[in-house]
Amino acid sequence: MESGGEGSPPLLHSREGMKGMKQDKVFKTILWLGGIFFFLLLVLMFILIFKGSLLSINTFGWKFVTGKVWDPVSEKFGLLPFVLGTILTSFISLFISLPFSLSLALFLGVYYKEGFLNKFLGTTTDLLAGIPSVIYGFWGLYFLVPLIRKLEMKIGVPPYGVGILTASLVLAIMITPFISSISKEVIKMVPQDLIEAGFSLGATTWEVIKKIILPYCCSGIFAGILLGFGRAFGETMAVTMLIGNSNFMPKSIFSPANTMASVIANEFTEATRDVHLSALIQIGLWLFILSVVVNLIGSFIVRRFEVK
Amino acid sequence: MSIKGRILKDKLLRILVMFLSLFTLFPLFFILFTTMKNGISAINLEFFTNLPKPAGEEGGGILNSILGTLLLIVIAFLIAAPFGIVVGIFLAEVQNKFTKVLKILVNVLQGVPSIVIGIIGYLLVVKPMGGFSALSGGVALALMMLPVVIKNTEETLKLVPLHLKEASFSLGANYTRTMLKVILPSAINGVISGIVLGISRISGETAPLLFTAFGNPFLNINPLKPVDALPLLIFNYAMSPYEDWHRIAWGASFVLIVMVFFLNLITKLVEGKRWKTSY
Amino acid sequence: MKRLILAAMFMGTLLGFLSSQALAVELTGAGATFPYPLYSKMFSEYYKETGVKINYQAIGSGGGIRQLMAKTVDFGASDAFVDDKGLKKFSSPILHVPITAGAVVITYNLPGVPKLKLTGEVIADIFLGKITNWSDPKIKKLNPGVNLPDLKIIVVHRSDGSGTTFIFSDYLSKVSEEWRSKVGRGKSLNWPTGLGGKGNPGVAGLVKQLPGSIGYVELIYALSNNMPYAKVQNKAGNFIDPSIQSVSLAADTKLPDDMRVSLTNTSAEYGYPISGFTWILVYKDLKEGGLTKEKARALVKLLWWMVHDGQKYTEKLHYAPLSQEAKRKAEKIIKSITYEGKPLL
Repeated sequence: MESGGEGSPPLLHSREGMKGMKQDKVFKTILWLGGIFFFLLLVLMFILIFKGSLLSINTFGWKFVTGKVWDPVSEKFGLLPFVLGTILTSFISLFISLPFSLSLALFLGVYYKEGFLNKFLGTTTDLLAGIPSVIYGFWGLYFLVPLIRKLEMKIGVPPYGVGILTASLVLAIMITPFISSISKEVIKMVPQDLIEAGFSLGATTWEVIKKIILPYCCSGIFAGILLGFGRAFGETMAVTMLIGNSNFMPKSIFSPANTMASVIANEFTEATRDVHLSALIQIGLWLFILSVVVNLIGSFIVRRFEVK
Repeated sequence: MSIKGRILKDKLLRILVMFLSLFTLFPLFFILFTTMKNGISAINLEFFTNLPKPAGEEGGGILNSILGTLLLIVIAFLIAAPFGIVVGIFLAEVQNKFTKVLKILVNVLQGVPSIVIGIIGYLLVVKPMGGFSALSGGVALALMMLPVVIKNTEETLKLVPLHLKEASFSLGANYTRTMLKVILPSAINGVISGIVLGISRISGETAPLLFTAFGNPFLNINPLKPVDALPLLIFNYAMSPYEDWHRIAWGASFVLIVMVFFLNLITKLVEGKRWKTSY
Repeated sequence: MKRLILAAMFMGTLLGFLSSQALAVELTGAGATFPYPLYSKMFSEYYKETGVKINYQAIGSGGGIRQLMAKTVDFGASDAFVDDKGLKKFSSPILHVPITAGAVVITYNLPGVPKLKLTGEVIADIFLGKITNWSDPKIKKLNPGVNLPDLKIIVVHRSDGSGTTFIFSDYLSKVSEEWRSKVGRGKSLNWPTGLGGKGNPGVAGLVKQLPGSIGYVELIYALSNNMPYAKVQNKAGNFIDPSIQSVSLAADTKLPDDMRVSLTNTSAEYGYPISGFTWILVYKDLKEGGLTKEKARALVKLLWWMVHDGQKYTEKLHYAPLSQEAKRKAEKIIKSITYEGKPLL
């Protein structure tokens, strides 16, 4: 066991010193146990989900990933409708959110780095992030769904009200604070002298942003977007309440659908056939893997950025 | 482009950025306003002290859900706080390949979707126990709270100046004493803010509770029995057709938002005084 | 450090003390939303009378069966009886105790709130996605006096595993060959079209808000939300309004001893064709089901009460009380429940 971090007490061979060293051994053992336990916990989590999916993996193999049909009656299960639902809602919500989250990031990171407006908008952004998902869903049901329904009636599409578009709209609101705060942090890390050099050469604020800050932060902002995407596809409650709960391949953004997360929420407690339950857990496995990958890439980029 | 043109472009884009940023206030205030307007009408003494009534009957309160949420928070806290602080200290103090992997794993845990945590709660606690319980819900919530506590603890500890440690050693204190009596207390505000932040995050979580806590129309403080929670109540009532239940759901949403915002406020205040003394 | 340990010990003792305070027997059950308004009333009254708490969560019949199988609940509730294949999945035999019978009604959202007449074939075609507009001639033919608008039909079905769906699809499979071969009967179906709502409340909620929508719910959900429902043509050719009487007539049929019977497409002249029993499911031997002896006794007493005294709450909520014959069979079933091999009643 190496020394515990910067600085270690000098060895003392007096009786008190020995007692102290024994205490240190215990303390450091506890720390190590904590670390090991945490590691084992994550391993356990993965094993549990993997074991739960085994039945489904063995039954369907790779056809599960490409299967378009989710039919509990004939026990045919396929992932594709939910992958499509997840991708559509995540991307659409990202698309809608980006102008707002980037503007917020620029607002708080460049234009108003301090002062009242900064504190105000900073606080409201945090508040937005703090609202529980289920309340977003409830509000969406009450306010957004009738609006979308009116829109759909005007266009001549079946006026479900719920569906991919509605879920994406609420998702966009939910991921905005997330993307904006990461982007803001990244923008703030641009070296001051670079920015001032830009100004001293006569550039306008926008030109400094466009030509210096954004290129510098490009990868960091991309990481923010990636992590926002990760947040979006893992989101369950608001989506379950607003997406219409249909297990078919969605045909348009007005279609009802299901995401990987929402189908689990709907069907988990009642999958009576073992295969059904295992198929749902397999969806959970894919979600798990996907979130790990997205997270790893995102944090890797952000960390590399910090080092820069 | 002429100077005038560039300045104009600059001004326009500044206005655009301002407009888009301020626009984000719109949904926030809308949601808060709707919740308040609809929720206030549901709030009275009966709301807080009564239990829910059978489907379709008027009246009834949410006492069981409030207590349930509190019970879940206590259980999650008891698991995640000590565990998270220990791991946080470990990550701040030890630097080797293992801790590098651990730090990645903390990020991984933070990114796991809440519904997957729910599945884990079911497989880990509900199935072996043979039943739903507040304990399984608390465990699931603890999993979500852990990364927040770990990260906050680690980051705060890293910020404590090195000379504090060295001063303590030079005075003859051993490592344990130094950490527990000097370093940790001076970082305590950051640690506490991490815990409070974690609590505020989990109090609104619903997905981990869907297959663990199960719900309960009666009062329950027994961790081994099922329990209801504010977010679960809102979910169930919101999707029902009963107007009365909608009203109660708004009231519960109001209570939940107030609770989350209050906790967030405490986090900010505590964090503002990061160190107990200045150096 | 010492203070931390002391605090932890205190919390532990406190929690232990509080949990031991739970002296009164509590039962946990899960399942159907079909009878939920009735059960929640029954359990609330039973608690007032006896102090026994029954925690019933309406997660759908599929959920009830699954959780009973996993033994995470003391009893399940379902409006879909478990078939022979399904019975084999249980680690030990289960019983179906009938509690009441209800009607699955066809509810819809149309301007003017007309009272529609529908046949099984037309209903099947609508839910198959073959009839897509309210002004379709097939619907018009059955409802000559009604002003049917040129409005798209939005089908609403269940997103969760539902006994109500089972009863509904059982009926459609009997009256429509196309439905039987394309979709079949079950708790979770591969719906050809439409939106999913969670539970009976979810479907009712969606139909209530969506103009042009049509869905299927238990009678009480339509009534308590002031939603219209259709008269359905039965086997005898009569258009029947769902009600306590028409459901009772449908339930007045040959009842097997284990009470696993379907009531749909009844031959009764004035019986409502989309009726069904709803059952409480328990393990035959409650020790096998994971219950303590105390809980087992409480459960059997509850079941006895539900088929006798509890029946007085059925009619007010528009469920059909058990007939004398059904009651007798239910009594026999309850009496056969054992604990470690010995009957409890």
